[in-house]
Amino acid sequence: MCGIIGVIDRRRQLMDGTKIKEALASMNERGSGEGAGYVAYGIYPEYKEYYALHVFFDHIREHKVPLEDLLEKWGTIVHDEQIKTCEQPNLRKVHTPWRYFFRPDPTLMPKSTTPEEDIITHLVMKVNSERNGALIFSSGKNLGVFKAAGWPEDVANFYRIQDYKGYLWLAHNRYPTNTAGWWGGAHPFNLLDWSVVHNGEITSYGTNRRYIESFGYKCTMYTDTEVVAYLVDLLVRKHGLSEKMAVRAFAPPFWEDIDRMPAKEQELNRAIRLTYGSAMMNGPFAICVANENTLVGFTDRIKLRPLVVGESGDRLFISSEEAAIRRIDKDVGNIFMPKAGEPVIGRVYV
Amino acid sequence: MSIGSTPMKFRVTIDPERCMNCGRCVENCSYGVFRREGDSIRINSRNCAACHRCIAFCPRDAIEIEEKPNDYRSHPVWTREVREAIFNQARTGRIILSGMGNAKPYPIIFDQLVLDACQVTNPSIDPLREPMELRTYLGKKPASLSLRPLPDGEVELRTKLTPNLQIETPIMIGHMSYGAISLNAQTALAKAVSRVGTFMGTGEGGLHESLYPYQDHMIVQVASGRFGVDINYLERGAAIEIKIGQGAKPGIGGHLPGDKVCTDISCTRMIPEGSDAISPAPHHDIYSIEDLKQLVRSLKEATEWKKPVFVKIAAVHNSAAIAAGIARSGADAVVVDGFRGGSGATPRVFRDHVGIPVEAAVASVDAKLRDQGIRNEVSIIASGGIRESADVAKIICLGADAVYIGTSALVAMGCRVCGTCYKGTCAWGIATQKPELVRRLDVETNAVQVENLIHGWTLELAELMGAAGINSIESLRGNRDRLRGYMLDEGLLQVLDVKTVGA
Repeated sequence: MCGIIGVIDRRRQLMDGTKIKEALASMNERGSGEGAGYVAYGIYPEYKEYYALHVFFDHIREHKVPLEDLLEKWGTIVHDEQIKTCEQPNLRKVHTPWRYFFRPDPTLMPKSTTPEEDIITHLVMKVNSERNGALIFSSGKNLGVFKAAGWPEDVANFYRIQDYKGYLWLAHNRYPTNTAGWWGGAHPFNLLDWSVVHNGEITSYGTNRRYIESFGYKCTMYTDTEVVAYLVDLLVRKHGLSEKMAVRAFAPPFWEDIDRMPAKEQELNRAIRLTYGSAMMNGPFAICVANENTLVGFTDRIKLRPLVVGESGDRLFISSEEAAIRRIDKDVGNIFMPKAGEPVIGRVYV
Repeated sequence: MSIGSTPMKFRVTIDPERCMNCGRCVENCSYGVFRREGDSIRINSRNCAACHRCIAFCPRDAIEIEEKPNDYRSHPVWTREVREAIFNQARTGRIILSGMGNAKPYPIIFDQLVLDACQVTNPSIDPLREPMELRTYLGKKPASLSLRPLPDGEVELRTKLTPNLQIETPIMIGHMSYGAISLNAQTALAKAVSRVGTFMGTGEGGLHESLYPYQDHMIVQVASGRFGVDINYLERGAAIEIKIGQGAKPGIGGHLPGDKVCTDISCTRMIPEGSDAISPAPHHDIYSIEDLKQLVRSLKEATEWKKPVFVKIAAVHNSAAIAAGIARSGADAVVVDGFRGGSGATPRVFRDHVGIPVEAAVASVDAKLRDQGIRNEVSIIASGGIRESADVAKIICLGADAVYIGTSALVAMGCRVCGTCYKGTCAWGIATQKPELVRRLDVETNAVQVENLIHGWTLELAELMGAAGINSIESLRGNRDRLRGYMLDEGLLQVLDVKTVGA
């Protein structure tokens, strides 16, 4: 199951987390109380130049120093603090969440054309695969992921989500099946600027994982969702595809439809399927992906999971349930259900 | 007579109660088991190859064939096969010839791998209701695409794709030459692949004129003997395959005895009638990987870069490294032929003892290519011991793009896997050039049977994919998470990168 919701304000007007919490909690039927999470873009304006690393520590004294030593090898910690939390009766605090504002040193990755991003990616992959009592679960600029094992309202209250103001939010209400409900396994998944929430199960995970790992990414979270974040990073950031074309690769048209397209379009779609066959995602899924400018929602090619879109003024909503959208804006106009495999893209104006 | 005669392999009997004395067994047996003496039919069981031709044509089910009617004193080390091989070589002093694929009872990895199905958390997909895509493209693919958005909202594709073979099912028919099999057999296979939208290999025997109508579905082979190769041949093929090795006989060449080289074969192979066709062990112009690269490029240049070029190797211990070299040679696909792959004739010692199973070879080739980031450079075609649709699904999960079948296709034409192909007297008209035997193989009927087989497997593959919640074959390829090993040892699980059942 799982319930997802995403909202973007195209004028970058800020929304605090109150409503998104209510919207997510309205989908508790789709969850099991074992995982919930939020990501908000635009929450750290005073540190927007730096990568905001959110980290779960198992043991604050034992694991914090080694991580900081590692970070200092690759750049400078500009500021760090414990993420403010508020104990909840129904939520067991098994990790200590911490945030770092970090400036990587680009001269340390001389061969790369995107040295800063590559340093961050390297650090995330290294720390998360080594599992040394620290897990970096958020690594973008001016954004932050807040997640834990629990019901949406408890997780929101734990992090005081109403205190954060963002122009783009994603949230996820989890019903875990394949992997246990642990903090790292809750959504959203994030790498650099990319965040993903996902309802469903990716039956092509084995293929996708082997594909993405051949580009140096490491799948460490025991779940199929993180692979989506890495695939988006590869296709959009590294290969320079637009979000629309990346979604075309993830959920491409069927051959029988491609065969009926005009020659040029046919050639383009065939090239995408041939080149990115291993990035294609199969199985039932509805996914929302975001970066600092964009919110993208799409489903599998035969739409085995629900996805509803609503528009109201400058705001675009994407969710599993219309009811959740109406929790944020009860008068939302223009509600529609996108076709299978077709991306819905909301982009900020500037 | 110091050794004397060894026990017969088969005992053929005719039940006199049932026999109607019609003589069909006498007519059909090409090995000389049956002969008529007056009113009765006499039997020489020692000639029997258990090809079952007589049984298939006996209208009264009167014939029985019993295998190994006389036992040796049993012994776990000194098996019957070992003892008889020694008798044979003590008499002849020669290399023992054999047919078909590996006959040693090695465990079969395919049979210790099980497939997955979805339930509840994940719906299975019904191929009768939803599209199920098995279309596959074989050939080089770019590592990434360069796309440019145009002002009108369209997207311009700036990457040029090289030619690929489009197949509607990942099942192709492997290379069995005219010479190894009859022209009727080849024609039946050619008709079948044309109808189901797939391809077959010519083998190293040239392309007979009568197969030109099917050339768009033929992959022409260039092997170490270069038989039948000229520009006409290369241009007619849909793709070109350089044969370096064969699973049934890694490291050695081939030999078509002169008595099989009739007029027609001599023309097709471009060699004198009646002369032995000997393919050397190595290509005499390939002594290193850069020589292979030259040959790949020469063949592409000759055909104006319009055709994919495949390279076939036998699965051996370091096939992964060899395949990585091939991927860098400009070739479009690497064919990995496992040690169960068939052969018309091969030394028994090679058939049974050299090479590795295709399952392990494909797993390691796929892993190596991915490690080096060159998996898109080549497609992987698996062959050698693919017996059913489940094998196809499993080898695709291990990383293959498509398979070649050989023996299975022959069995669909009546072959009983008797393993005496090298004798040239195949009673089914398959592995023979004797006109009276070749005539027995009706082209149209057998084309339909082979087509049925591929069609049936394709349907089963679609069902297996649907059950796994997958509606396109790309998502099965290399998807080792959907396999589990049943009673496989730790080392092999690691090579296959597959978890054990229950994990």
